[in-house]
Amino acid sequence: MKQFEEWRYLLLQNPLTLIALIVFIGVVICALFAPWLVPYDPFASDTVNALQPPSANNWFGTDQLGRDIFSRVIMGARMDLGIAVGAVALAAAIGTFLGACAGFYGGHFDQAVGRGVDIIMAFPLFVLAMAIVAGLGNNVINVVYASAIINMPFYVRVVRSEILILKNAGFVEAARLCGNSNKRILWFQLLPNVSAPLVVQMSLNMGWSMLNAASLSFVGLGIRPPTPEWGIMVAEGAHYIISGQWWVALFPGLALTLVVLCFNLLGDGLRDIIDPRRRT
Amino acid sequence: MQNSTFNLILRRLIGAIPSLFAVIVVTFMVMRLLPGDPAAFFAGAAASAEAVEQVRHQLGLNESLLTQFWIYLKDLAQGDMGKSFTTGQPVTHDLMERLPASLELTLLGLLIAIVIGLPLGMLAATRPNSWIDHLCRLLTTSGVCLPTFFTGLVLIYIFYYLLGWAPAPMGRLDLFSSPPQDVTGFYLIDSAITGEWAIFRSALAQLILPAITLALFALAPLARMTRAGMLGVLNSDFIRSAKAAGLPRRVILVRYALRNTLLPVINTMGMVLSYLLGINVLVEKVFAWPGIGSYALEALIASDYAPVQGFVLSIAVLYVLLNLVVDLVCSLIDPRVERAA
Repeated sequence: MKQFEEWRYLLLQNPLTLIALIVFIGVVICALFAPWLVPYDPFASDTVNALQPPSANNWFGTDQLGRDIFSRVIMGARMDLGIAVGAVALAAAIGTFLGACAGFYGGHFDQAVGRGVDIIMAFPLFVLAMAIVAGLGNNVINVVYASAIINMPFYVRVVRSEILILKNAGFVEAARLCGNSNKRILWFQLLPNVSAPLVVQMSLNMGWSMLNAASLSFVGLGIRPPTPEWGIMVAEGAHYIISGQWWVALFPGLALTLVVLCFNLLGDGLRDIIDPRRRT
Repeated sequence: MQNSTFNLILRRLIGAIPSLFAVIVVTFMVMRLLPGDPAAFFAGAAASAEAVEQVRHQLGLNESLLTQFWIYLKDLAQGDMGKSFTTGQPVTHDLMERLPASLELTLLGLLIAIVIGLPLGMLAATRPNSWIDHLCRLLTTSGVCLPTFFTGLVLIYIFYYLLGWAPAPMGRLDLFSSPPQDVTGFYLIDSAITGEWAIFRSALAQLILPAITLALFALAPLARMTRAGMLGVLNSDFIRSAKAAGLPRRVILVRYALRNTLLPVINTMGMVLSYLLGINVLVEKVFAWPGIGSYALEALIASDYAPVQGFVLSIAVLYVLLNLVVDLVCSLIDPRVERAA
């Protein structure tokens, strides 16, 4: 209960974080219950009503095949959020493991991991993601892998540097004197202490992964039409921008911007709450 | 002094070799993981089994991976990155022809970001909680959230469709201009050298929207770092002393504070460049810009892998080299870095 009081106080102190949290919950609900929320079938084309501007019937207008853009934007939340969650979870899991072992044990393993991270960081990351998707094959699961690979270095670095600081702390010494093995100290003493910066990093990373996934599908890699996905929808709308049909590209683009903004605000807010020293 | 600078450059150049080598290895590996049989692909759909085998032999695909890598290295050393099916030209030729377009765009975008981002961050740091500080925070927060391809489209809609100020987003020049005489490949510089101001204006008009799109994204980290760095420096003792000694505000800000802020900002530049080079692909697609990014995308859609490999490699090499320049600038403006190294 005390914990709850504290959280409430902190969120009221940071109204932006509160708003971001509300939007985030809304997006998650959209993603989970999209098929039951949409007013129209997002795949049903109706060529008679193609490229209609927003109206009372089609809130966001219709696209070149007469599909309802509002329904497609809602459905799109699923795809983009799913990819981002998958990529971040995978990157965080592998990155934490590698970073923790590298920081704790040091030596050759540390050097090998460091080299690997350097190699990934030697590429412009979006171009590396493009190459990986092109190399592994053009499908959704490979977009998740590619995003995970380009996100991983950040986790390795964050976790490694935290562990390096923590492993000389008194409580580690105490745990060792109590007879805990190295493995036990690493997983039960050190990792829980790393979780705070890790959560912040994950939240900031979510937005970035989403941008990446949408950018990849915008250039035609990964997800293919007619899947409702924001990047593809903007790419389709791009053809109609110069003839003035703004609504085809605008709404999916706005949705993407809004969700990424909300993730970043949430990440900043979490950082302020968890670690007041790093406020900027 | 001359000698130590030269030594520094040499040391950094040698230091970049491992990264370059790693980049080549990774590019090679990624493209070897390709699904399907390249030999069957090269030989064509109607080829017999022997013909496919012969092509495989020609391409060296029967050799061990190490031998293949050696051959690849040797070809690279001779500037041979294979041939593109779609254009029928050697990839190196295509890339060299299109590289200036990409570079001109990226560098102009970076320049705009620096010209706006640095003063903005400085002003925000000197006047905390003023309107300019809020503007800075708004720009840095929203800048990283805007999908670049979307920003580009919004700019096109506003400045081309609604206002009619910008030309149609169709490449480097409008239909009525012909490219200037080829000196550097940068249309702005070439037309300025030859004094063809009409072409200069046309090239600039085409460049401005895509460059702003890139700049909007690069602005955020630059302004953010400048503001944070400046805030830190302004609180330090030597600034207080300078103020106490009665130095003019401008001197304190520019000569004392800015110089000390620049280092972390230039360090961020490496990251910004990584973003810019990646995002370039998206901006080139939106604005039909004939750079290496759109070249790679066309090749990718046509399953033409030699250009994609060449593109990834050249972007990565470019990135390593630009980072090298950033490093060098860093150690040249701040002697402390050099001493620490």
